[in-house]
Amino acid sequence: MPMTRGGRLLRNPGFVVGAAIVAFTTIVAILAPWIVPYDPFAIDLQRRLVPPSFMEGGDPRNFLGTDQLGRDYLSRLIYGARISMVIGVLTVITSGLIGITLGVLGGFYGGKIDDFVVFCITTRLSIPAVLVALAVAALRGSSFMLVVLVLGLLLWDRFAVVARSTTMQIRNLDYVAAAWCAGVSRWWVLTREVLPNIATHLAVVATLEMALAILLEAALSFLGLGVPPPLPSWGLMISEAKEYMFFEAWVIIIPGAALFILVLGVNLLGDALRDMMGTDLSR
Amino acid sequence: MLRFFLRRFAVAVLVALTVLTLAFMLTRLSGDLAISIAGPNATAEDVETIRRVYGLDRPVWVQYFDWLGRAVQGDFGESYFFRDRVANLIGARMPVTLTLGLVGLVIALVVSLPLGILAAVREGSWVDRAVALFAMIGQAMPSFWLGLVLMIVFGLQLGWLPISGVETWEGFVLPGVVLAFSAIPSLTRLTRSGMIEALSSDYIRTARAKGLSRLSILVKHGFRNAAIPVVSIAAVQLGFMLGGSVVIETVFALHGVGFLAWESISKNDFPVVQAVVLVLALIYIALTLLADLLNAVLDPRLRTA
Repeated sequence: MPMTRGGRLLRNPGFVVGAAIVAFTTIVAILAPWIVPYDPFAIDLQRRLVPPSFMEGGDPRNFLGTDQLGRDYLSRLIYGARISMVIGVLTVITSGLIGITLGVLGGFYGGKIDDFVVFCITTRLSIPAVLVALAVAALRGSSFMLVVLVLGLLLWDRFAVVARSTTMQIRNLDYVAAAWCAGVSRWWVLTREVLPNIATHLAVVATLEMALAILLEAALSFLGLGVPPPLPSWGLMISEAKEYMFFEAWVIIIPGAALFILVLGVNLLGDALRDMMGTDLSR
Repeated sequence: MLRFFLRRFAVAVLVALTVLTLAFMLTRLSGDLAISIAGPNATAEDVETIRRVYGLDRPVWVQYFDWLGRAVQGDFGESYFFRDRVANLIGARMPVTLTLGLVGLVIALVVSLPLGILAAVREGSWVDRAVALFAMIGQAMPSFWLGLVLMIVFGLQLGWLPISGVETWEGFVLPGVVLAFSAIPSLTRLTRSGMIEALSSDYIRTARAKGLSRLSILVKHGFRNAAIPVVSIAAVQLGFMLGGSVVIETVFALHGVGFLAWESISKNDFPVVQAVVLVLALIYIALTLLADLLNAVLDPRLRTA
């Protein structure tokens, strides 16, 4: 009996694990204000760097311990999930809008327009993204929205590459030709014929870009030019805990592991989608 | 062939000019550059003086062409903070960054080529799946965090390697490994898919029919063909790795170009930032150009593209 796409996905362990991680993080991020045990911003200088409750010297009141200012680590971690997810999603929306527009136009029209699109992609790829993001954050003063904007403006290249090549593949297929013959407008062909048929490919890119955006936000915050303190970005938590890591390794292990697991989950999800389509976009 | 080279070269020059313009625009993002340079404690007179001294009172397009004219000659002006020519600063720091990039690339190749070949030979087996999982883990690893964890394990607990600095070659090991992780996933996947394609081709069947040894088939016939895309992607990856070295150099306090950029960013030293962005972009453009030409030489089918 032939298996449906959904059935095949559910038998893919990568998909199940990835989906579970992403779903769990999403729920935690949405419910953050209601499920945190303590206020993530509440400072308690009497109880600094208390180890997690399962470690020696831990306190059952703080499951993951407290940070260098006595703030509950679990509560900060939960709010950090919110920051990572929101930055990931908003960046994908911004970069997707830019990249897909450019890619579809280039792939659809070809010729001079395509030359221009390819030129934009080449130029974008030659710009060192992390460095430019750091410089812009330093010049404009870093804020949550600035990080989203900068990452969105920098990470559209893969969207454009994939949208362009997939559009090229389908623009001469029969159903597109049939739409033209039916006398519909150019806008109709682009939005009703082309876009839906490249959507799955774009979904895979979206997961890759989301993972990249989450990692880059953490790196920027780690370098002190991402999300400003006291917001509990996971990158910022690692940065603030760095001074103490040689005495208390758990202070950087915990936020780093959270970051790693979330990014792994998003990537696993993307990989399963790619397997499902039987195409290889890893290049 | 010549037409392909010329066209590709012209595009590279055009991209370089666009990046030059973007680098100029980047520093004007702050609105008033003189105020940023002067810092928070400066008086209005200080700002005026700075504006005059640095020529910021001229129209923007005059500043742009002045800067462009100098930049194409390799003159990036003077650092506000270090009181030295920017070109000297970058020149002095470049060897560390290049060494780090090359060490990272070599480690990446040493890891990904055998893994990719192994996965291809045993396609679909548990080995193949394990390699895919390894690539997946590498892709999800936050580089700065991996750096810190390796510092704790190898620097502090085992005491095998220095935690920062590059006074000896050992200092390059940990940052090199971390940097390699950014290229290992894609290089491994590419080697695997290239090998699978090569191994299923007719000339491999012929080689098998001739009774050649398994190793000879793998290396001489399979890998040599699979290596073509890997070579070009490796060049491109090197460019990405140099661009990403800012994070790793900061973590390990390696005084390379990335660290210089980070220092300059925090000190509002814009000529340096601008120049580093530019130099890294130009290296990337040169490397991709090289990769394309190399590809065209190795694989004649691509020349008409």
